[in-house]
Amino acid sequence: MLKFPIYLDNNATTPMDPRVFEAMKPYFLEHFGNAASRNHSFGWEAEEAVDYAREQVAKLIGADPKEIIFTSGATEGDNLGIKGVFEMYASKGNHIITATTEHKAVLDTCKHIEKSGGEVTYLQVQPDGLIDLKALEAAIKPTTILIAIMYANNEIGTIMPIKEISAIARKHGILLFTDATQAVGKIPVDVNKDGIDIMAFSAHKMYGPKGVGALYVRRKNPRVKVTAQMDGGGHERGMRSGTLNVPGIVGFGAACELCRLDMEADTKRISILRDKLETELMKLEEAYINGSTEHRLPHVANISFKHVEGEGLLMGFNKNIALSSGSACTSASLEPSYVLKALGLGDDLAHSSLRFGLGRFTTEEQIDYTIKAISETVLKLREMSPLWEMYKEGIDLNSIEWAHH
Amino acid sequence: MAYSEKVIDHYQNPKNVGTLDKSKKNVGTGLVGAPECGDVMRLQIEVDDATGMITDAKFKTFGCGSAIASSSLATEWLKGKSITDALAVDNMDFVEELNLPPVKIHCSVLAEDAIKAAINDYRVKNGLEAIKFDESVVH
Repeated sequence: MLKFPIYLDNNATTPMDPRVFEAMKPYFLEHFGNAASRNHSFGWEAEEAVDYAREQVAKLIGADPKEIIFTSGATEGDNLGIKGVFEMYASKGNHIITATTEHKAVLDTCKHIEKSGGEVTYLQVQPDGLIDLKALEAAIKPTTILIAIMYANNEIGTIMPIKEISAIARKHGILLFTDATQAVGKIPVDVNKDGIDIMAFSAHKMYGPKGVGALYVRRKNPRVKVTAQMDGGGHERGMRSGTLNVPGIVGFGAACELCRLDMEADTKRISILRDKLETELMKLEEAYINGSTEHRLPHVANISFKHVEGEGLLMGFNKNIALSSGSACTSASLEPSYVLKALGLGDDLAHSSLRFGLGRFTTEEQIDYTIKAISETVLKLREMSPLWEMYKEGIDLNSIEWAHH
Repeated sequence: MAYSEKVIDHYQNPKNVGTLDKSKKNVGTGLVGAPECGDVMRLQIEVDDATGMITDAKFKTFGCGSAIASSSLATEWLKGKSITDALAVDNMDFVEELNLPPVKIHCSVLAEDAIKAAINDYRVKNGLEAIKFDESVVH
């Protein structure tokens, strides 16, 4: 039996895997110790659990457990990784290169750095969402200390050429930071094969709990250090003070292990469902896929249905299907997705987009229902859309002088 | 964001969706908003020349649920009204009737603008001067 609502917003957050929850349970009531308590069994148990989780997390990304700094999530990891490098390597330079399609946690951190005397280059992306490697290399200056480019985009799922970016960074002796929140656990990410120096990611995007994440900080070739952004007890090798969230970390570890073991099977199954969803929806007229289809996360699809407004479209089925749109009709600014606009999409197409994030618990039955519900709503709303009527009459919508509000 | 029941009802069962023949002299068409802003409303009225009464009204809207509901409601209100009474419809009437939250007030403004634009189109077609309206405050 199909149960409602169907959850297709796994890029926002994933449901926790019941196996992860089981692993966490004893660490709330029974083993509640502080991992920093060195004098009694409660502390030892907690520390042991954290050490085990650290190994599980490290193993998923090919790192050494000592290179894992637990954080509260990817936003903290982005802040610590970027600001931490900016402060630690201030004597080497003050220039950072990033891209316009990064997550707000990276962009706003960079803006903060600009206010603190740093210089930031925001690279434009190509229409498929990928950065131009030549433009990246051309942006490098003698003062450049960091390249901060995400592993995969949260809205369109585009996977950046991290290995190639790393090669450029290495060639110029620059550190590479990547926000890999959407990629880790979904596709193979290996900090050594990929040549990553610092990497932020989060548990709740990979069937783990909210409020816990990690920052990978390379210890060898080169040895990287980041300046702590919170003062306190000097936890996590002095880079991140604060009592460790033991149940969260245990859950994060379990989630990483499950992702490592299930990734191949999950990816295969989910990408078949994604492709089915996409193929069927693309049968509608004037539907467009946003971002690269070649370099893309296997569970993501971002599609614009021209002449239909995204929020109006969601309203047709959001009682039964949880999805997100690039339309920002609800925001006071009325600005549509900056990521879609960075691809060169007109505001009209950006307003017409839906983002699908499939996941471990998505079923074929759910996808079949979704295809039907969305197709019907698109057709219904187009019957109601003056733009669709004009398009059908062959009127060039750009030739109309719109009253801008 | 949760929509009011009235918005949901208009969205699910919109009233008077369609197109009137804009080549007819007694049909006034108002097209307001812009695709880039995520809202375009087209409101049409058919007027009985002898009585000045609006005998029919149709809409098509590209936009969110509140925009669709506002235009659907506008057509319901306009039918059977005189042009003079139609001019008195205010954006706040939509806000109250549909329980629109502050972030959706622009939908009501758009609906009011669409009514005025349709009436002016009718007036101009019939040799009358377009009425000058003050710029709406909320956009």
